[in-house]
Amino acid sequence: MKRNFKFTPTPQLVVRKIIGTITLILLITLTPSTHPIWFGLEAILLLGLLWWSRVLLRCVLRRLLILSPFVAGTALAAHYSATGLDWKILALRSTLCLLTIIAFAETTAVSDLLRGLRLIRVPTLLVTTLALMHRYLFVLADESSRMNRARAARTFTTGRRLAWLQAASVAGQLFVRATERAERVYDAMCARGWKA
Amino acid sequence: MHIPDGFLDAKTALTTATLSAIAVSFALRHVRRELPSRRVPLLGLSAAFLFAAQMVNFPIAGGTSGHLLGGTLIAVLLGPSAAVVVVTTVLIVQCFLFADGGVLALGANIFNMGLVATVGGYAVYRCVNLMWPGPRGRTVALTVAGWSSTIFAAFSCAGQLAWSQTLVWEIAWPAMTSIHVLIGLGEGIISALILIAITRTRPDLVATSSLGVTPVRWREFSFLCLLISLGLACFVAPFASSARDGLETVAIQGGFAHRALAPLQSVLAADYQIPGLTSPALSTALAGMLGIAAVLGLALLISRLVLREASPKKILRE
Repeated sequence: MKRNFKFTPTPQLVVRKIIGTITLILLITLTPSTHPIWFGLEAILLLGLLWWSRVLLRCVLRRLLILSPFVAGTALAAHYSATGLDWKILALRSTLCLLTIIAFAETTAVSDLLRGLRLIRVPTLLVTTLALMHRYLFVLADESSRMNRARAARTFTTGRRLAWLQAASVAGQLFVRATERAERVYDAMCARGWKA
Repeated sequence: MHIPDGFLDAKTALTTATLSAIAVSFALRHVRRELPSRRVPLLGLSAAFLFAAQMVNFPIAGGTSGHLLGGTLIAVLLGPSAAVVVVTTVLIVQCFLFADGGVLALGANIFNMGLVATVGGYAVYRCVNLMWPGPRGRTVALTVAGWSSTIFAAFSCAGQLAWSQTLVWEIAWPAMTSIHVLIGLGEGIISALILIAITRTRPDLVATSSLGVTPVRWREFSFLCLLISLGLACFVAPFASSARDGLETVAIQGGFAHRALAPLQSVLAADYQIPGLTSPALSTALAGMLGIAAVLGLALLISRLVLREASPKKILRE
């Protein structure tokens, strides 16, 4: 069955979801390593949640794979470090936490999240900044890849130093364009009745 | 350097979250008071810029590539309090949208990268730039500041992991720093290159940071010495012998309350001295001074190499 309508949760619902996510992560973090059976229960709960949310398994696995090196590295370091922590428990714990956040991120639209944050009185300036960042994140990422492509089409990169200079000039130009865009955005916001 | 969930215990997560919340609210208040409303959208756009600029690859040997971290660069361009807000925003988005860095560890991550790296890096930048104004001084200052900010963040991250008893300090500290000494060099150079590129197209955007000719201030100079010698401990620490001295053993037996502080003292005092000097304080001070000279020399060399290529003389002369 496919849902063919857009479901917009109320801000209260989103706040409840945020609290639920944090509680679950807290629960996983505080689970004593002497009782590994609890990790099994939490894993079953999480997998149930993931199945219920109908998130694509491929997306979850891909994200998990991207984020695994740091977890693996620290777990390995902990293995050789004499703190008495079991590296398997450590890796399991942080993987479960990762799964929780991935489930949250995959099922929450940013606009809903922002509405929820506003409800729990996160400072307006921070929410505005978050909203603007999310709005222009992909615009600027596209712009940067366009500039990179244009640069690659026009120049040969002979040495590493030259490559660094060119990459830096792309990034610098990106900042200049972001600044200029910010000025235009400010004018547009004022024209629509925005007040700081 | 994003700490995932499950690596910090409750006390570390809670302490760092409280500290970060206080500091970020201070920064927000400062920004609201000082920043003209015209530049409010610039915060969001700068956060987006930081995110996009992290996708620009800088090739390193053997097919690997590095990228900008950017806290110090943003602090130099927008001021430290605005940079705290920007980096915090980036970290929140990375945490909730991309699951990069844990939710409970968000406070710790903001503390490391948003506060320690950004404000610490900016302090170093200010100090060096006060001593050495002008475009070349600015480049050197940003190189040193970018390097130091990475070291500061690694230091703080290792401290948190040790405090949570996830890793032992003797492993966490050398492991983090030996990598981040190199990452920091890249960060410093990339930041400086980007600053040069921005100066070339829009010198007015960097104008706030050019302080003109100011006499050397000894207070700032001594503060700089302190910061750099702290950061420089890591040049030696990864390569120093891991044999414990008395102080370290006592610290470990005495529990973790002293663990965060004592190894630092022993690193500075024991692993980090010039042979032939008996007074540890004197040799530490001397080693610190030599360290500053080394980093400044390196930064100068880099800036000279880079500036010759990067920009026509007339722009630099302003």
